[in-house]
Amino acid sequence: MIAEAGQFALILAFVIALVQGTIPLAGAAKNNSRLMALAGTSAAVQFLCVLASFGCLMHAFIVSDFSVSNVAQNSHTLKPMLYKISGVWGNHEGSMLLWVTILALFGMAVAAFGNNLPDSLRARVLAIQGLIGAAFIAFILFTSNPFLRLDPAPLQGNGLNPILQDPGLAFHPPFLYLGYVGFSMAFSFAVAALIEGRVDPAWARWVRPWTLAAWCALTAGIALGSWWAYYELGWGGWWFWDPVENASFIPWLVGTALLHSAIVVEKRDALKSWTILLAILAFSMSLLGTFLVRSGVLTSVHAFATDPERGVFILALFLAVTGGALTLYAIRAPSLKGGGLFAPISREGALVLNNLLLTTGAAVVLLGTLYPLILDAVGGGKVSVGAPFFNATFVPLMVPALLACTVGAMLSWKRADLAGVLGRLKAAALAALFVVLLIVWRKGTGDVLAALALGVAAWLIVGSAVEIAERIALFRGPLTQSLSRAAGLPRAAWGMAVAHGALGILVIGITASSAWRVEMIQLMKPGETVSAGGYTLTFSGAVPIKGPNYEGIQGQFTVTRDGNEVTVLRPEKRRYPAEGDSTTEAGILTTIGGDLYAVLGDPSENEAWSTRIYFNPLVAWIWAGALFMALGGMISLTDRRLRVGAPKRASKHAVASAE
Amino acid sequence: MTRAAILLSVLLFLPCPLAAVEPGEILKDPVLEERARTISKELRCLVCQNQSIDDSDADLARDLRVLVRERLTAGDSDDQVISYIVSRYGDFVLLRPPVNKSTAILWGGPALILLAGALGLVLYFRRRRGIETAKPLSREEEARLAEIRKGDAP
Amino acid sequence: MRRAFLTPILFLAGLGTVFGLYLWQIGSGEKNISDLPSALIDKPAPEFNLPPILEGGAGFSSAMLKGRVSLVNIWASWCPPCRVEHPLLMRLAREGVTIYGINYKDKPEEALGFLKDLGNPFRAIGADRTGRTAIDWGVYGYPETFVVDKAGRIRYRHVGPLRGEDLTEKILPLLKRLRQ
Repeated sequence: MIAEAGQFALILAFVIALVQGTIPLAGAAKNNSRLMALAGTSAAVQFLCVLASFGCLMHAFIVSDFSVSNVAQNSHTLKPMLYKISGVWGNHEGSMLLWVTILALFGMAVAAFGNNLPDSLRARVLAIQGLIGAAFIAFILFTSNPFLRLDPAPLQGNGLNPILQDPGLAFHPPFLYLGYVGFSMAFSFAVAALIEGRVDPAWARWVRPWTLAAWCALTAGIALGSWWAYYELGWGGWWFWDPVENASFIPWLVGTALLHSAIVVEKRDALKSWTILLAILAFSMSLLGTFLVRSGVLTSVHAFATDPERGVFILALFLAVTGGALTLYAIRAPSLKGGGLFAPISREGALVLNNLLLTTGAAVVLLGTLYPLILDAVGGGKVSVGAPFFNATFVPLMVPALLACTVGAMLSWKRADLAGVLGRLKAAALAALFVVLLIVWRKGTGDVLAALALGVAAWLIVGSAVEIAERIALFRGPLTQSLSRAAGLPRAAWGMAVAHGALGILVIGITASSAWRVEMIQLMKPGETVSAGGYTLTFSGAVPIKGPNYEGIQGQFTVTRDGNEVTVLRPEKRRYPAEGDSTTEAGILTTIGGDLYAVLGDPSENEAWSTRIYFNPLVAWIWAGALFMALGGMISLTDRRLRVGAPKRASKHAVASAE
Repeated sequence: MTRAAILLSVLLFLPCPLAAVEPGEILKDPVLEERARTISKELRCLVCQNQSIDDSDADLARDLRVLVRERLTAGDSDDQVISYIVSRYGDFVLLRPPVNKSTAILWGGPALILLAGALGLVLYFRRRRGIETAKPLSREEEARLAEIRKGDAP
Repeated sequence: MRRAFLTPILFLAGLGTVFGLYLWQIGSGEKNISDLPSALIDKPAPEFNLPPILEGGAGFSSAMLKGRVSLVNIWASWCPPCRVEHPLLMRLAREGVTIYGINYKDKPEEALGFLKDLGNPFRAIGADRTGRTAIDWGVYGYPETFVVDKAGRIRYRHVGPLRGEDLTEKILPLLKRLRQ
């Protein structure tokens, strides 16, 4: 019954989305306010229907209703409740339903909080959002229906892939989808603006909160995914340039470029057609990613089980949505009037450089990801493009971007004094130089690259601090005056400083954990010890263990530092009988200084076990840095200027509490 | 008995993702071992998705790791070891794509894209500068403008 | 200048065409995203001299590949897909195709048990206990079947269990061509 209600709600949502996608457009063209107002109502009702449908599916999972085919294929009565719930989106059909729920959520949020938007723009934005929603609901209804029934219903389900039975599943997909589905709003705004034929600073101000919210969520989502892979997969890797990872990273790069170029539209009424293009491309890259992951054209550990029929449908969706927008762009964008002029050396110029490097970076990652596919399709054979390619091409592009970051934040609009700014950044340059020399002195010249990378990080962090210090005239007047200036600084300024500084933290984490990782591989008998990172680990053997839906072996390592016991690490090897799969769980001690990471290998003779102990210096700084970046974005979101009738960040909290 | 059974069943069904080099594989000579690790990181595990043989726990990965170490111990250079494997498995086993006719666009692409973008920027600025440096109006033109303006005044 | 605005949509059109083409190729079975081409096509089969599964038998060496068109099948008793394809090999053997076997990392008793249960289509079998010969053949998935011509050159490789369509569409026609 409930599954049928869910399906019915979805069909209803489809119809409403079609209405939402067409009538308001006509209303905007004819300037009929009643028809335009329909956009808001239908967006809200569509969201409620989709949410109800999602709720029905979640209910089926919670009560383990195996008569629903999707539940039978992906769930099991013995699964802990957290994974019954988050397992809703641990498969293709359920995750597509989450996809459209978030799409509808953003529509409803604009309907509810976008009252400051002019009627025609609001109607058009919601209409585009509705059309996209209709297309994807149709995709679900016709090819990926999660509510199909099984008759007779099996007594037990197939269970969920054990690697997915982890808290990471509860958070990583929702944040990820909030991010790259959220870019649909920027897309809708861009297409609406093209239809209107007008892009102005007001438009940039209206679109910014949505783009920023989506960007924050995507940053957090990617960081969570990376962290999850690190602690779950068992050897401490955290980024593999896997096609599916790249599919989420490319929209992030384009979205970051979009955030920066929208500033120029807002402040200087320039770079309009470029910003519109970026807004279209960010969501298009999300759609492309969806296609790559679900169509079966790529092999990846992340790829969903797929078939070519679905692939054709998604490809058609991608081409229709992106093609439609880009065609409109080709027709309308040339007539967008260019605005404020600026010299190459200026804040605008720095933002343009940022865009050049980020979009080139996105293009490079896209090239590497698609190349094997394209080559095979045209009969050029099979080639493998792995991490070494991306490291060789992408990383060098980012270095000038990071360096320019600090300088750009201090340049003035229209025409800037570069020498003056560089002079004011003396402190940052000195800090960077100091760090480079310190590392070379302590670690030797073999680590020169790491030293330089840490120098860049110091440049970023100290530079951000210098920028704030300048704005509040620190040390140039009484402290109380600086403090009151600090209180009065627009939040966006703090957001920028935090985000740019966080980049530095991220770079530190990546550099230290890559350059100075310690790996100890050996056979250990109970009682034997190994040292890494200043810690001593004593192995005390392995014992069998049992969990709610698994059984396995747990190794025990007592960790001491300077003779004091710090903790006991318990790496495990688990077998899940229901799914017939196994996992390894590493034993991890996370500290600010680094991670101690223990993995139990295979047993050997004489009670010895093969063990791997790693020390990853400062590795947690990677995810801390990414999360602080998202925090910086959120701080910017609370800026008073954006709240002139602009929507709050309610969107993120609403979904978090829906689970 | 049950303990052994649990042990056995856990070990038999381990999937690919698992840190991989076994203590027994490590070469005595640290220089050779280091070379083996570096080479292993460049070779793709063909049985898994997107992992090097250094990271993968698959049977084939282990065999290839041992093979790499054997060839190094026998005196092969890094390049010789890699071409030994490539001659059996093809270019696909390389995580770093080779530089040849088929991959020219791949390796040349990044620089080309950057140049194209930079060129676009240069053209953009040049066009803009054309607008900015419009010549100032001459005396007669200014007078004519004043005339026209007078006519327009409401 | 107006033309520059067309660049994105043109690029998309190209990309869409490639994707559509690839999807069609995958759907029709012409291309497979996980199968890798063998590096040894049209090259001489690697040199090897494998012992028999049990002492006293004949074994299998590369010299035996010359002079006749044959199939070389890499198999093991612990490999479920090998069981699935075995009846097809039996059928091929009955139809007069020469099939050699390389038994990969198997226990002798279990390999013989497998053959006793399902039949022995192999003209000769070599036991590759270490897996090194399989590596020389570039094997990565089990089972694999190679077509070798009269000169001892590898002409085709199939990864995974053989199915009827693979025989009728690829292998049998190739065998016929090579025999001429």
